[in-house]
Amino acid sequence: MVKQLTVISGKGGTGKTTFTSSFAALAKNAVIADCDVDAADMHLILQPEISETQDFYGLDVASIDKELCTDCGICVSSCRFDAICSDNVVDTYKCEGCGVCEHVCPEDAVRMIAKKAGEYYCSNTRLGPLVHAKLGVGEEASGKLVSDVRRRASELAEQSGKDLIIVDGPPGTGCAVIAAITGTDQVLVVTEPTKSGVHDLERVVQVARHFRIPVAVCINKCDINDRLSASIAEYCKNNDIPVLGLLPYDNVVIESMVAGRSVVEYSNGEFSEGIRSVWNAVVNLLSVGQKTDMIPFLK
Amino acid sequence: MKIAIASGKGGTGKTTVAVNFALAIGNAQLFDCDVEEPNCNLFLGVDLEKQEDVTISVPEIDAEKCSLCGSCAEFCRYNAIAKLPQRVMIFPKLCHGCGGCQIVCPENAISEIKRPIGIIEKGVDLGSGISLFQGTLAIGEPMATPVIRQLQAHINENRVAVVDSPPGTACPVIATVSDMDYCVLVTEPTPFGLNDLILAVEVVRQLEVPFGVIINRHGSGDDRVEEYCNSEDIPILMKIPYDREMAVLYSEGIPFVQRMPQWEKNFRALYREICSMSSNTSSGESCSEMSI
Repeated sequence: MVKQLTVISGKGGTGKTTFTSSFAALAKNAVIADCDVDAADMHLILQPEISETQDFYGLDVASIDKELCTDCGICVSSCRFDAICSDNVVDTYKCEGCGVCEHVCPEDAVRMIAKKAGEYYCSNTRLGPLVHAKLGVGEEASGKLVSDVRRRASELAEQSGKDLIIVDGPPGTGCAVIAAITGTDQVLVVTEPTKSGVHDLERVVQVARHFRIPVAVCINKCDINDRLSASIAEYCKNNDIPVLGLLPYDNVVIESMVAGRSVVEYSNGEFSEGIRSVWNAVVNLLSVGQKTDMIPFLK
Repeated sequence: MKIAIASGKGGTGKTTVAVNFALAIGNAQLFDCDVEEPNCNLFLGVDLEKQEDVTISVPEIDAEKCSLCGSCAEFCRYNAIAKLPQRVMIFPKLCHGCGGCQIVCPENAISEIKRPIGIIEKGVDLGSGISLFQGTLAIGEPMATPVIRQLQAHINENRVAVVDSPPGTACPVIATVSDMDYCVLVTEPTPFGLNDLILAVEVVRQLEVPFGVIINRHGSGDDRVEEYCNSEDIPILMKIPYDREMAVLYSEGIPFVQRMPQWEKNFRALYREICSMSSNTSSGESCSEMSI
């Protein structure tokens, strides 16, 4: 049975990729999935050799044939997304691909056109297979691309006999996050002791709970504010959330990033020891955890 | 004058810049469009009052009238409707509210109900005169864009609007940045910061919004962000040093302009610079109104 771990944070920049790239180095038999599809960074550490590229198609986009269009305005008034400008040109950023304009057009002048919205890749890296993606600029359906990356990672894990998928998740709480956590075995939230970090942690824990996924927490840069670190620990205790580690701010994080290495590969210092101990705790949780139900979402 | 504060990468300091900038300008409108994780008010602490719900019109099916023809499920491109042998099932969270199912139903069996997915709140900071507008996406809801669009409907064009964007490059960012007069991209001098800055630059270039870069935590990584900006002729508007005191103030939710008066001046100078670079004609006026 392939287990899945998803690392998220709510707030950006708390250290998700720092942790997941080190986990990739520590895991013995895992597939890595970079699901922060609109600002993917994992490849900067893993330096993948791409072995397979797939086009990603999001939602179709409307296109109006000017020859056939009689400027009747029915599509403009029917569009709920204000995506058709007064000169009968479709604003592709606003178009959500619903197809209403195509249906209501009396002249058959509207066509829904498939539009490539990104790519996803299977790659070999020194730390194991990586599935990653690039969403086109300003595209919709990042949740759907996240689902595709995860599906491909699952197939790859099955085919190659891997027992774990490590998912580097996106920030936030919306569609991409929901797609990154549904059906996963364990969520690890990397947080930091700042007011924003605490606020965003609490929201993202609620999202994970909403989808009934077990949550654990790791506090990064814990010495920036000892008082808030203590209050995060208290919050976790009150909500039965295991805290797997408190790691102090350490410049080795940026140094290893500049060197293009995960922290545990780059250094054997205190911070690496901290990550190792968090990793051991994660492995422990995964080995005892129960598989949650897969929630149908963004098929 | 509408100025977005954006970044590809999360956690580079968008909210820090937005709040300190708005405080330094004074009497500004501040819009927190990071509706998945709105944080501006952690730094202002104003009393927020609910303005309205953000809703999506989702279908409701009258089982009496429904003939189980399946046209609605076939039309729906979001897989939000499934036709089962005995009934039609709706998945409200997948519905984008396009209204197509209602149009195609031959039996007039579909009506719409408004489903709340988030809220818009407003508060005023009496000291600075900032009007803060905050959108919040409800827990478990996927679609941020409708909340952002409705939040931006509150922009008063006669006032300066500072708009805190969500991270990334996808649709919520487009919804936030596309109508702006100027966009400030906040980054950090690390490989991740540079990689995501390049993606964000692609976005603002496609949207044809004039932009410049603020390097936050300057001195903590390498020089590649500066080299990139110089080679691309992108103005570096400001460098905020990596400074432990600033990090601690941030952690406590204290805007650093309130403790470091020099930075109030720096942000005001930034505002003048942006006014001079932006194409918005009214900006000159609102700029000169500011008592600097």
